[in-house]
Amino acid sequence: MRDYSRCVGCRLCEIECSLKHEGLIWPAASRIRIHESVYGFPVPYLCVQCDDYPCVSSCPTKALSVAETGAVLVSEDLCVLCGSCINACPGRIPRIVRGKKAVIVCDLCGGSPACVEVCESMGFNALRLVRKPGGEVVKAYLNDPVETSRDLAKKLGVL
Amino acid sequence: MFGFWGKLLDIDLSKGAVRVSEVPEEVFRKFVGGRGLATWVLWRELGSKWELVDPLSPDNIFLVLTGPLTGYYPGIKLVVSGKSPQCGGVVGSTLSSEIGVELKSAGYDGLILRGCSETPVYVYVDNDGAQIRDATSLWGLGGLKLADKLNSLLRMDVKVELGLDTLPSYIYIGPSGENLVRTSVVMSKLTHAAGYGGYGAVMGSKKVKAIVVKGYGALPRVSNEDRVLKLRKEILSELSSRMRVFRYWGTTEGLWYTGYVTSSEPVKNWMEEWHNVRSFTHEEIERKCWIKNLWSDWGCPTSCMKVSRVFDGIKSYVSDGPDYEMGAYLGSNLGVFDVVSVVKLSALADELGLCGIQTGNVLGFAIELFEKGYLTKEDVGCELRWGNVDCITRVLHDIAYKRGIGALLAEGTYRAALKLGERYGVNLLRYAVQVKGVAVGAHGIRSGLDYPQKIAYAGSVQGGDHTSTAGVPLKSTESEVFTAFLDSAVICFFNSVDAKKLVDYLNAVTGWGFNEEDIYVSGSRILAVQRVLLLLGGPDVFWDPRIHDDNPERFYEPLPSGPKKGEAPRREEVRRDLVSYYEELGWDELGIPREETLLKLGIGELAREVKRIRARVRH
Repeated sequence: MRDYSRCVGCRLCEIECSLKHEGLIWPAASRIRIHESVYGFPVPYLCVQCDDYPCVSSCPTKALSVAETGAVLVSEDLCVLCGSCINACPGRIPRIVRGKKAVIVCDLCGGSPACVEVCESMGFNALRLVRKPGGEVVKAYLNDPVETSRDLAKKLGVL
Repeated sequence: MFGFWGKLLDIDLSKGAVRVSEVPEEVFRKFVGGRGLATWVLWRELGSKWELVDPLSPDNIFLVLTGPLTGYYPGIKLVVSGKSPQCGGVVGSTLSSEIGVELKSAGYDGLILRGCSETPVYVYVDNDGAQIRDATSLWGLGGLKLADKLNSLLRMDVKVELGLDTLPSYIYIGPSGENLVRTSVVMSKLTHAAGYGGYGAVMGSKKVKAIVVKGYGALPRVSNEDRVLKLRKEILSELSSRMRVFRYWGTTEGLWYTGYVTSSEPVKNWMEEWHNVRSFTHEEIERKCWIKNLWSDWGCPTSCMKVSRVFDGIKSYVSDGPDYEMGAYLGSNLGVFDVVSVVKLSALADELGLCGIQTGNVLGFAIELFEKGYLTKEDVGCELRWGNVDCITRVLHDIAYKRGIGALLAEGTYRAALKLGERYGVNLLRYAVQVKGVAVGAHGIRSGLDYPQKIAYAGSVQGGDHTSTAGVPLKSTESEVFTAFLDSAVICFFNSVDAKKLVDYLNAVTGWGFNEEDIYVSGSRILAVQRVLLLLGGPDVFWDPRIHDDNPERFYEPLPSGPKKGEAPRREEVRRDLVSYYEELGWDELGIPREETLLKLGIGELAREVKRIRARVRH
C-alpha cells in the first residue's frame, strides 16, 4: 500500500531495491520508482499485482509467471525484450533497462520487500505491506504518476 | 579505480564541442573530489593568469562535480564552482541535487563547461555523452514556470516504449543569473540553491539556462562491497534516530533559537543579534504555512525540508521551510517579523534565482543606508524601511532585473558599498557585513554561543560562508580543514558522522587506505590552493591579508541586547587567533602558505603563484 502524503521522496526504497536485486546502487534498475514531477509531491510507482495479470497473458514467450506471493516473476532466459508486457500493462510498469537482459518488474522480494522495510525503519511509513484487496481497486495506483503528483499539489493549493 | 570513473565531460560552449577528460586516480587521492577537484582543475587551467580572468567572461570555467562518496553515503550534495564573481577566489558551493547521482549513473564524475554560447542553451547529458540544446523558449523564466515547461519538454526524453521511467534531473538559473547578478544562485527543485560564490551569474554568462542529466547505469564499483553495505546500514540507523527533533523542525527552528537563545541571528543588518518576538518562530510557521511536514532529497533519511505555502489571494508561494538562513536574512535582518511574509519573500528569492543570504544581506545594508539618509525615495522608488515588505519585494525584483537602484545592489554588498561610498565620499564598508566580497551567513560570532570562533569568517578561504568557517584546533570536526574534506567527499554536513567512520567509509568505497590524519592532510592541501587563488583574486577585487582577513566592522560593535549584551571580540584577540591558526596550517603570519608547506603537501608548483602574491602584498 502506498500513502502518497507520507512519501518524502528520499528514494531510499529505490536504492534498497537495486541493492537487493542487482547488488549495486543502480536507481534506473530499481523496480520501484519515485516520480516527483511536481517538486515536494513524490509518487511511489511500482507493480500492483492486478487480478487479471495482463502482462503475463500478453507475453509471447511465456517468460512471465505469477508467484505464490502474487508477484510477477520474469525468466531471464525466456524474455526477449519485445515489450508486449509493457504495452499490456495499464501503467506501463515493466521496464527495459540498458544492461539488463530481461524486463524488470517488482517481485515483492519473495514476500518481504526491501523497499517497505527501509521506509518503515526510517520512520516514514509511506509504503506498507498488506494483503491485496480483490477487484479493480488496486489499479487506482496505476494512474499516470505525473498527473497524480499534480493532483496532490493541487489539493494542497500549490498549483 | 573504485567509487569514481576518473572522467569529466568537457563541454566547450563556444565551439559546440564535447570531449571526455580523464582525471588520474592520483589527483583524486590528493584532492578527493568535489571542492578539492574543483580547486585542482581551476588552478591547473587558470592559475597562471588567475588575476586577469573575469569570472563573468568566457575565460572562466564552470564546474559541476561529485565526490567519491556521492551516491553511496546517505544524502546527496553536488558541488558547483569556478572563479567566483563574489570573492575572485574559488568557492566550493554545494546544493542538494539528484544530478550528482545521475551523473555517476551516466558514467561521469562531473562536468566542465567552458567558453560561452551565443544563444541561450541547456545541456543534456546521459550515458551517450552531452547535447547542447536550444533554450530560447526557457530564457527569462523563473523557477516555477521553468519546472513546468522543462519537465514537459523532458518527457520526450523518456522512452515510454521501454516502460514508464522517471524524468531526468537538472540544475538551473533564474532570471537573476541570466542578468549576471552577483548574488544569484544555481538552483534545483525550486528551493535548493548553491548560493555562496555567485555561480548563477557564471552559468548566465555562458548562456546556460539548465544542465539536465539522466543516468541509466549503476554507480561505479566499490572496493569493499560488504563493508560499504554494513557502514551504510549503521549510518542510516544512526541518522534516523539522532535526527528526530531535527527532522521534525528542520533548520526553521533557528528563527527562534538562534535569535532568542544563542543571540546570533541577524536583526536589522546585524545592528542586533537577539530578538524575543514570539510570533517569529518555527511553531508559527508550522501552524500558518506548512502543508507537508517532511520533504527529503535523494538517499537522505534526515528529511529536514518542509513544503510551506502562503496564498495572497492571487498567487500561491511555495518554499521549503523556509530554512533558517532564508528566514533570518529575509526576515529579522530586514525587520520583517511576520512569518507569512518571510515565506513569501523566500519563495520569491527562489523564483528569481537569488541567494537569500547574499541578497538579504545587501537589502539589509540598503535599508540601513535609507534609514540613515544616504539613500532616498528618489533613489529607490519606495520607502525602503525596516519591515516594509511591499518595498522590499519591489527592490528584490529590481535586483534580479538590474533596474534602478537594483543594478547597484546586484553587485553584492561589498561592491555596492564601494560604489555608493564613492558617490557620497564616505566609508560605507562599516555597514557592509561581509568578508572578502561574500556576505556572512546568518550566524554571528559576537555572543560566542553559536559560532564560538572569533576567526570563523576572518580566516575562511570562502569569505563569509557559514558552512566553511575557520577555527582551531585544526584537527577537529569544527575546523575548515574538515569542511573542505566533507565538500570534497561530497557529503552533507548534516549527515556527517565522526571522522573515524568517514575514513572507514571512504576506504571501503575507494580502497585508498587513508587514516584519520589523511583527512586533515588532504583538507590542508585543498585550503592552501584555495587560499592562494583567493589572495591572487582580481580582476576587480584584491585582498590584502592585513586589511581583509578580518571581521566586518559591525562585529566589533558591542551587542546592544540579549543574554550577551555588551559582548564583542577584541581586535588583538582576533589577530592572535589568526596568526596561530595560520601557523598550524604552515602559513606565514599573513596567511600565505610557506614554501616548505607546499612541498610537504605535494603542491610545490604553487610557489609560482605565491611569488605573485608576495610581490603584490609587499607594495
